[in-house]
Amino acid sequence: MSSYAQLPVLEQAILTLSALVLLSSFALLAQSRVIATIKTFAIQGMLLTAGTLLVAADSGERQLYISALLTLLLKVIFIPWLLIRQSRKLGILRDLDTVIRPGFLLLGASAMVIFCYSVAQPIERFAAGITRDAIALSLAVVMLSMLMLITRRKAITQVVAFMTLENGLFFAAVTTTQGMPMVVELGVAFDVLVAAIIFGIFFFHIRDSIETLDVNQLSRLSEADE
Amino acid sequence: MIALTFTLLLPVLGALLLAGLRSPALSGWVNVLFSLLGFSSAVWLALVVLDQGAQGGGQFYIDHFNVYLIALTAFVGFSTAIFSRPYMYHEIERGRVTPLRLRLYHSSYQGFQFAMLLALSTNNLGILWFALEGATLATVLLVSLYRTPESIEAAWKYFILCGVGIAQALFGTVLLYLAASRVGLDSEQALHWSVLYQHADRLEPAIMAIAFTFLLVGYGTKVGLVPLHNWLPDAHSEGPTPISAVLSGLLLNVALYAVVRIKILTDAALQAGTLHTPHLAGYFMMGFGLVSFLVAALFLHRQRDIKRLFSYSSIEHMGLMTFAFGIGGPLATFGALLHMTVHSLTKSAIFVTVGHASQIAGTQVIERIRGLIDTQPVVGWGLLIGTLAISGFPPFGVFTSEFLLLTATMQSWPWLTLALLSGLAIAFAGLFRHLQPMVFGAQPQGQVPLRVNMVPVAIHLLIVLWLGLAIPSWLSVWFDSATRLISGAGLL
Repeated sequence: MSSYAQLPVLEQAILTLSALVLLSSFALLAQSRVIATIKTFAIQGMLLTAGTLLVAADSGERQLYISALLTLLLKVIFIPWLLIRQSRKLGILRDLDTVIRPGFLLLGASAMVIFCYSVAQPIERFAAGITRDAIALSLAVVMLSMLMLITRRKAITQVVAFMTLENGLFFAAVTTTQGMPMVVELGVAFDVLVAAIIFGIFFFHIRDSIETLDVNQLSRLSEADE
Repeated sequence: MIALTFTLLLPVLGALLLAGLRSPALSGWVNVLFSLLGFSSAVWLALVVLDQGAQGGGQFYIDHFNVYLIALTAFVGFSTAIFSRPYMYHEIERGRVTPLRLRLYHSSYQGFQFAMLLALSTNNLGILWFALEGATLATVLLVSLYRTPESIEAAWKYFILCGVGIAQALFGTVLLYLAASRVGLDSEQALHWSVLYQHADRLEPAIMAIAFTFLLVGYGTKVGLVPLHNWLPDAHSEGPTPISAVLSGLLLNVALYAVVRIKILTDAALQAGTLHTPHLAGYFMMGFGLVSFLVAALFLHRQRDIKRLFSYSSIEHMGLMTFAFGIGGPLATFGALLHMTVHSLTKSAIFVTVGHASQIAGTQVIERIRGLIDTQPVVGWGLLIGTLAISGFPPFGVFTSEFLLLTATMQSWPWLTLALLSGLAIAFAGLFRHLQPMVFGAQPQGQVPLRVNMVPVAIHLLIVLWLGLAIPSWLSVWFDSATRLISGAGLL
């Protein structure tokens, strides 16, 4: 594998942006304030849009410009707007979702990044340029959002984690294969949009039924003995 | 292909129309009508495919394997719609559902049908992914339809766990696309299954192995494979009963169908390469399948809710099918295809009966459902015969398919027959210890019969009985072509 400095400038830039996306995932992981979590998510969306534009310029794929536009509309504008609006209505915008032992969590997350690199190892032999690093980095974003999902207690931060997971997948598609066929990307974007709207409705259902948005309280259905 | 257009467009039209229809009494009938039309065009499509062979090759591709699932999905969707009309009307009378929510229910019912049919008929593995995710989105608000804390919890779990699970499958699809673009396939066609199938032996085995792992975990979450099954008993038990019937009877099949399609590609790629053990995909599926089968059989014993009980039974049977597809050979594949059919029919029949039983008893708690056979013999017998069929008693079709699966296991993995047999015995005991008092126990005072429609149940169980006694030759030829497609060799 060629070293970082020998890569073309555009590819270096893509790799740097990938690393920044991963960094924003780390930031999300340790973030406890609801409003800050949503804002960090929007920043990650912006990095993603920039990354997509760079890949589009690098590969000359026209349809990636459309993907970048979709990402901008959906993940930088619509979803953060929806989440902020709903949490303001529910009065939880300034709430804290305390992260337990953030130090350990971040160490665990770092270990996960190393693990992702080892999973992507076999791909190195036949993938050109930055593909292997891109797969490892986007897989790490996916893993970190799953970690975030299981360490969070509030419905709204879990939704942010869920959406970050989708960010990781989207990023994998953009950096390794220059995006998926257009029909698939439109379909996935549509699913994300519908999911976001359903989540928005769901917050009110949860609050109405258990009077809090703390999903720890959702524990009636279990196989464990009382 | 006109038949396919009809099959796919009818549920979309139905969903739009039902979203705007205000009358609760009428919307039930409209739902039945659209399901009937959908079923007719699915039969038409099946006749065309059986007559002329595989169709399509663009965004849609219909062969003997998926057309049989399309027909099955449309049929069970239709008979469940017949059951759902009086059932949901009764729920409105009891005040558990408002007319507005009933509109949501009917519209989503058709939307869900569309998502499943799209997943089955598409040739594009990317569209397959978003259709399966769409099926989750269409049903998540149905699971929480009653707005009880339990149903909200179930829907939240369903949404988050299935969403996260199926996200792994999207990652697998990206890797598959990477492997396909490396052999120089045109980017618009690189995710088309029929194109990939032609070039499967050239796909890079190392990427395919990783891709399959992600896809198996992703779609396996929707199949309900242990340990990814936690959402399933909740989602299947808290929603309205017609939804339990279609979730257990149909959606699990569609997810397993996706896994099998990917396995065909992975097998071809790994057998052409020298890197890995060529049956990696099969071993994974056997392992997951066997564990799901055994764990679910044990969990049957400790259930207190009647719908949870039968949800675990679904996990058990899906495990068995996954195991059988994992073994691979023609015999196991034929058995698994037959098992998919009889399980769908029997399980949806059981859920319909369970819906009636819990409306009679006014609860889903097993301990408080008693003496069904005294109160309303037809429901009691329905539940008894359905459970006999699902636990694999002769002469029902489930016995035939399980016998084929045992024979196939004996042929290639003799020691595993022991695990299968003991699992079947444990599952049988688990079902009957709960069933016995529910059907034959002393009925509580004041329990009165309801107006029920057991015709769909009777039809389902009669078909299952028929398949157990004699599989008609056209059907066995049909299954055999599908078997040839999946395992490379026919049985007949």
